Amino acid sequence: MPNARLTAWLPYFVVGLLALFPMVESTFYTQLLTKVLIMAIFAMSLDLLVGYTGLVSFGHAAYFGLAGYALALMAPKYETVSLWWSLPAAIGVCALFALVTGTLVLRTRGIYFIMVTLAFAQMLFFIFHDTKIGGGSDGIYIYAKPVMKLGDAVLLDLEKLQNFYWLVLALTALVYLLLHRVLGSTFGRALLGIKVNEHRMRALGFPVFRYQLASFTLSGALAGVAGYLAAAQYGFVNPEILSWHQSGAVLMMVILGGMGSLYGAVIGAFAFVLLQEVLSNQAWFGIAAKHWQLAMGIFIMLVALYLPQGLAGLLQQFGRKPVTEIADE
Amino acid sequence: MTDTLLQASSLHTYYGVSHILHGVDFSARKGETVGLMGRNGMGKTTLLKTMLGLVRPREGQVRVRGEDMTQAATHAIARRGIAYVPEGRGIFPNLSVRENLVMAARAGVDGHREWDFDRVIDTFPRLGERLSNGGAQLSGGEQQMLTIGRALMTNPDLLILDEATEGLAPLIAREIWSIIKTIRASGIATVIVDKNYAAVMALADRSVVLVKGRVAFAGASSELSENQELMHRFLGV
Repeated sequence: MPNARLTAWLPYFVVGLLALFPMVESTFYTQLLTKVLIMAIFAMSLDLLVGYTGLVSFGHAAYFGLAGYALALMAPKYETVSLWWSLPAAIGVCALFALVTGTLVLRTRGIYFIMVTLAFAQMLFFIFHDTKIGGGSDGIYIYAKPVMKLGDAVLLDLEKLQNFYWLVLALTALVYLLLHRVLGSTFGRALLGIKVNEHRMRALGFPVFRYQLASFTLSGALAGVAGYLAAAQYGFVNPEILSWHQSGAVLMMVILGGMGSLYGAVIGAFAFVLLQEVLSNQAWFGIAAKHWQLAMGIFIMLVALYLPQGLAGLLQQFGRKPVTEIADE
Repeated sequence: MTDTLLQASSLHTYYGVSHILHGVDFSARKGETVGLMGRNGMGKTTLLKTMLGLVRPREGQVRVRGEDMTQAATHAIARRGIAYVPEGRGIFPNLSVRENLVMAARAGVDGHREWDFDRVIDTFPRLGERLSNGGAQLSGGEQQMLTIGRALMTNPDLLILDEATEGLAPLIAREIWSIIKTIRASGIATVIVDKNYAAVMALADRSVVLVKGRVAFAGASSELSENQELMHRFLGV
């Protein structure tokens, strides 16, 4: 079936196309696309929880922001920090925080789970907002991008926009592949089973809590990858990256793209960030650009109403063969 | 090592304030088939759920292979060789038939692996024809086969079947019964709950009848099936 082969090659094709992008496009769009890809990592990490484990978290910005602050606090003020240890360290901090919060929040379900995850995120928000640890509400600057050195030689100069973009693209592909592998394994199938019915999985001998905690921790750690990159890109962190707006935005990306499909989360991130960019363009929308959230809200409502499988579901519909064609085979 | 796989003694289970089980004793030994009968609402499913740790008893004890597991987690009990096929077909509709089966694969308690994917498919050829179908696209009978097949993938020593033939067409139900016979012949102990009392008693070595949360009868199945008066009194047939 040529169709299936085409689908299998599509991700490589897309990554290849994206890799060529900075060579033909301007600084502005390369930066924008970097942001999109970072959000794609963030959305994929949340989709692991929402779409595959059946846990709707409304506090995912906590891990995103925590990694950003971890980078900001680890980076010396007037020197550079090595990516080799600062990225794993930031991921480790997030994984640990997710492990601890996970053991507590996973005792709740449904609306309570949403509320308790939100509560933890808000706690973190106010810790950074109201204390001097992270510069209070003003935040901290990160003056230099992390460096990738091998011995004394600079492997990739991240101060260069394209290089940073390629690093982000590589990490996006890596996170996608990792999650793809994880979800295709027995562990991933077990998560899907837990999403449908926890009791049934227990009766089959699966320690449900441990599976959920593993998923929660992995999800937090991967959100950390995104948060680290976001902080490195902007060169600045403030409590806003921990706020519930951020948790809501990433949840919308996942819903927009279609829960329970990895590329759906990626599409959702693209759609959300690009739409936000377009709708808030004053040259095009004038006074309405200031109120881009209104148009975005209407768009999300339309998707929720008419595309319950999200934008990814729309793609699947286009890809589906007409009935007659199937009958001919 | 004891021969008794599962043993419940004087279980008292409550749902809120309602007292459901009033000191129930129950046991299943290696390789034996036990029929659990009683009219609706007599506590059969509650007894099963209590023994599996899905519901906690207020009094009494549950032993698995001689070890006290009254407070143990359900998955820990399941991992000691007890497989439960719940009422109402517990398939995972978001997984394919193959995924439903492979996901559950596990060696039995002493590392034995008599049941694997191929053997399950041999036993349920209908499932073999539907491997890549989603769980939700199966007929009721196929879903039931999938649930039983999935339980077998865990290589249990005891298989508990709650209403395995409920709501199935007679022909399909007959197929399920013949599968249960095959499973029984393979040496796996079974506990069967079913409305088809004749079929249960024909298959079970022993029968236990619950009436209002108490054991009204426990003994050889033949003793019960030959006694019209008991049958009428306990089961209304």
